[in-house]
Amino acid sequence: MIHSVIAAATEWVSPQVDYHALAPEIILATGLCVVLLADLFLDESRKWIISSLTGFTLLGAMLPVLTLGLSESSVRSMFDGRYVVDEFSVVMKAMFLIAGYVVVLLSTKHVEEDEYWQGEYWFLLLSSILGMVMMTSSRDLVSIFVALEFLSIPAYMLAAWRKRDIKSNEAGMKYFLLGVFASAVMLYGMSLLFGAANSTLLVDLGKSITATGGLSALHALGIVFVIVGFAFKVSAVPFHSWAPDTYEGAPSPITAFLSVASKAAGFVALVTLLFVAFPQASGVWQPFMWVLSVLTMTVGNVVALRQTNIVRMMAYSSISQGGFVLMPLAVAGMSEVSASALRSVVVYMLVYAATNLGMFAVIIAVSRKTRSGEISSWGGLFSYAPGLATLATIFLASLAGIPPLGGWIGKFTAFQSLLSSGSGWGYALALIGAVNSVVAFGYYGTIMREMWMKPVPDGDTTRVVVPGSLALALGITCVATLVFGVLPGVATHFGDIARITGAFGG
Amino acid sequence: MLVNQFLFLAALLFCIGVYGVIARKNAVLVLMSIELILNAVNLNFVAFALRNGNADGHTFALYIIAIAAAEVGVGLGLVLLIFRNRRTISLDDLSEMKG
Repeated sequence: MIHSVIAAATEWVSPQVDYHALAPEIILATGLCVVLLADLFLDESRKWIISSLTGFTLLGAMLPVLTLGLSESSVRSMFDGRYVVDEFSVVMKAMFLIAGYVVVLLSTKHVEEDEYWQGEYWFLLLSSILGMVMMTSSRDLVSIFVALEFLSIPAYMLAAWRKRDIKSNEAGMKYFLLGVFASAVMLYGMSLLFGAANSTLLVDLGKSITATGGLSALHALGIVFVIVGFAFKVSAVPFHSWAPDTYEGAPSPITAFLSVASKAAGFVALVTLLFVAFPQASGVWQPFMWVLSVLTMTVGNVVALRQTNIVRMMAYSSISQGGFVLMPLAVAGMSEVSASALRSVVVYMLVYAATNLGMFAVIIAVSRKTRSGEISSWGGLFSYAPGLATLATIFLASLAGIPPLGGWIGKFTAFQSLLSSGSGWGYALALIGAVNSVVAFGYYGTIMREMWMKPVPDGDTTRVVVPGSLALALGITCVATLVFGVLPGVATHFGDIARITGAFGG
Repeated sequence: MLVNQFLFLAALLFCIGVYGVIARKNAVLVLMSIELILNAVNLNFVAFALRNGNADGHTFALYIIAIAAAEVGVGLGLVLLIFRNRRTISLDDLSEMKG
């Protein structure tokens, strides 16, 4: 049989490669080889060069992303539409590269002062970011799968980075087992979809659903399995059990990376699948998204309320923020809402990335002094580190969605697209979301109260030393949070230009 | 048609794998259960590719085999790391963090 398949194939023609469109990936791939090789030739005292190389690679990859964003032809489709660079992917690529750069800034001192090898850390971080950048352009089941593994496998190793620390081992193991299980379930779904559509191309999948015969049981089962797989990646309840343990045990910069970039990559894949491959099957995934969204934000919030460890609390907070990103997807199948739902997902991810990375930068800066993850160790932070306390307040208020800061525009666009759906389910979800935003203020407020009103726990009021790289990270995230909030047009502009090819008729 | 038998076998393997991941407490056995699921997926892809005469399924199966090998490499590395630190690979003992 295979002979006949091969015999039937036409002669192989070399595909047209648009090197401009692939330039970010090529720069990242070159950079990670250089980082890996440089590690071999640099002695221990000059290992800092590797972290700079990593940072410059990410900034270098930003250049072609900028030129792509400014260039005339907005859609560059390669390999028969399997790898597409459109506005959506350019916006998301820029987000991943900047988030990656901030994570590099967060890690620089952290890794240098650690007792573990440095070179591999940067190599793994870059590979994971390359996987995310590839994910934004993938429009085919195979490339989505390869990109997903490309970003996940280095992340498993990074979570278990502190290899003599039992907690870190545990973090890596739990992340690995559930991550691999999730991709296996997702692959089973993909195999059913391939069987139903006889193609791995997302656009063909969409066509097979609208074709005669329409949505088959095979399609529905495949869609459900694929969504369950990605629900693990974005740590949606009830598939979230790995997230708190992994976030607590992993090194703090990696926790920031996982809770922002890795989660956003899961959403990017989910959004491409829903909007390009299954827009006609909304009857299958809309109710599913509704339930996931409600469970995710409610369970995340309620459990976060009783946490005493700040990183663990931020883990539950990031789970519940994921619920808000899922919220507009529950109505995204309606053709008049789909554009605003996509905009809201993009805006929410941009704002959440800036704010959450900023909060983790503060956590890393404070724990350099307190050496503790307990919320009680933050007592009286304002009295000895007023700058950090103010920044933490800004980030927490933004996460809670208080108006002049970034978070509110994210929540605003999400509610807007829910309400514009005009359906009872949309209104009900908006109501649950509103209640949850109020509940969330409960635990964000706990940290604020601790910082502003409680006494310093051990009377140690020496000031917190913030290294330059960390200060730069704080600066970038703070400016982004404020700009998104004060000039909401900036965020919604990126959301508006983020169109996926194939969705909404091009 | 013959394809159905392949799909039934794959579905059975998938269920056994999922059961193994949920019920087994030994990290290596959980890894083996995940491999069962991946093999069910490969079987599905190859069966569908044969039925439809589309070589994409064969190539996808090859991708899965290659990437699964990388995954297992990382997974066994993690198992070894935990065994070195704790002298056990039982997943029930992995409970440093709670809440």
